[in-house]
Amino acid sequence: MNLVLEERAVAARDPMRPRPFRVRRVHRDLPDTTTLEIEPPGPDHSCAFSPGQFNMLYVMGKGEVPISLSGDPAKGGCFVHTTRAVGPASRAVTELRKGDLVGVRGPFGHGWPVDVAAGGDLVIVAGGVGLAPLRPVIYHVVRRRRQYRRVAILYGARTSSDILFRRELEKWRGRLDLEVRVSVDRGTDDWHGSVGVVTTLIPQVSFPLSEATAFVCGPEIMMRFTTRELAQAGIREDRQYISMERNMKCGVGLCGHCQWGPHFVCKDGPVFRFDRVARLLWQREM
Amino acid sequence: MNTVGHFLSEHPFFHGFTSEQLQELVKCGRDVRFEQGEFLFREGDEARSFYVVREGRIRIEIHDARQGAVGVQTVERGDVLGWSWLVPPYLWHFDARALRTSLAVALDGERLRDLCDHDPVLGYEFLKRIAGLMEQRLQATRLQLLDLYSEPRA
Repeated sequence: MNLVLEERAVAARDPMRPRPFRVRRVHRDLPDTTTLEIEPPGPDHSCAFSPGQFNMLYVMGKGEVPISLSGDPAKGGCFVHTTRAVGPASRAVTELRKGDLVGVRGPFGHGWPVDVAAGGDLVIVAGGVGLAPLRPVIYHVVRRRRQYRRVAILYGARTSSDILFRRELEKWRGRLDLEVRVSVDRGTDDWHGSVGVVTTLIPQVSFPLSEATAFVCGPEIMMRFTTRELAQAGIREDRQYISMERNMKCGVGLCGHCQWGPHFVCKDGPVFRFDRVARLLWQREM
Repeated sequence: MNTVGHFLSEHPFFHGFTSEQLQELVKCGRDVRFEQGEFLFREGDEARSFYVVREGRIRIEIHDARQGAVGVQTVERGDVLGWSWLVPPYLWHFDARALRTSLAVALDGERLRDLCDHDPVLGYEFLKRIAGLMEQRLQATRLQLLDLYSEPRA
């Protein structure tokens, strides 16, 4: 085996070793949020992932940060990540330019159980940049639309100018087989849609939710209140799934930085069935 | 039963009232229509009605010379709107404007107060439902105040 092939084999085996990806395309979604398409160093590097999984992105000299995958899982050839600048490492990711190199470890974790939800109704609830880890689910559902019954996408943002993937939301809303509702917390004069927190959209869904599966992603407080409202709408806790974010470092459950009660978010999550973590979600010490 | 009566009897807010109570409540109601951009009421106006929305979208907003109209909530089909008719000084604290053509049943606030005063059982039941509504709105407002999607503070 020559040296290059050997190195690739080691990189494929070793989850702690970043692979050098190159930025192929940069799209500025919002002033603080950017979507990157990054391509692998060679054709034998897989870009397969499951909706809800994440990669550790390493910007040389700046740091490493867990970022969920936001692209279409059926399209190979590159990874797509949507990042909001909230700290030095994530800001460095949003400042990458076409042609730059970024280290990639992953994909890691357990994603959304799209197969469990198949055959029934599905409600997707996202808040803010929480839409990014759910976008692969929406791509998946749209591609396999016949496998799902009624599907509702509920999205909450701060203001109308903070709506992520606005063009795609409008496109999905144009479909006759998707129910898309968007609400903003603060209604400016240019916004004629719903105003109020995302939880207020749940009772507005046009079909009964009692048999639905729910996927929820957003700030933790938003998820707490959303799961409560979903329960009130009749969705059992074991049919609700949430995506957690903690201080993920190693990505494989070794370092313990992301330990959450008995769980390692990087390995056992980031997507959890709600009934298995409900107690932890309401515990202040966690 | 007229269309107002039929609509109210089907509405979750009015479930559980006896047919006699419902009949009295229906007598307070009338159909109203608001064109897009029309105000249902403005801040400082006398609060005369309790609205049950049939169709459309109504935005509750507050106006500020610097920021213009800021929407704090929208109500849509099936929602109810307004409790200022219940609490002195019976004045609206916000503006409400139809974002699209909207239909509603408007129940006369003064007649509702009289009804609640003369029939304490109905009055208590009505008040409990309004309190439930207030609780929901308070929770939603608290979440809005948290500004959940803003950048986390360091």
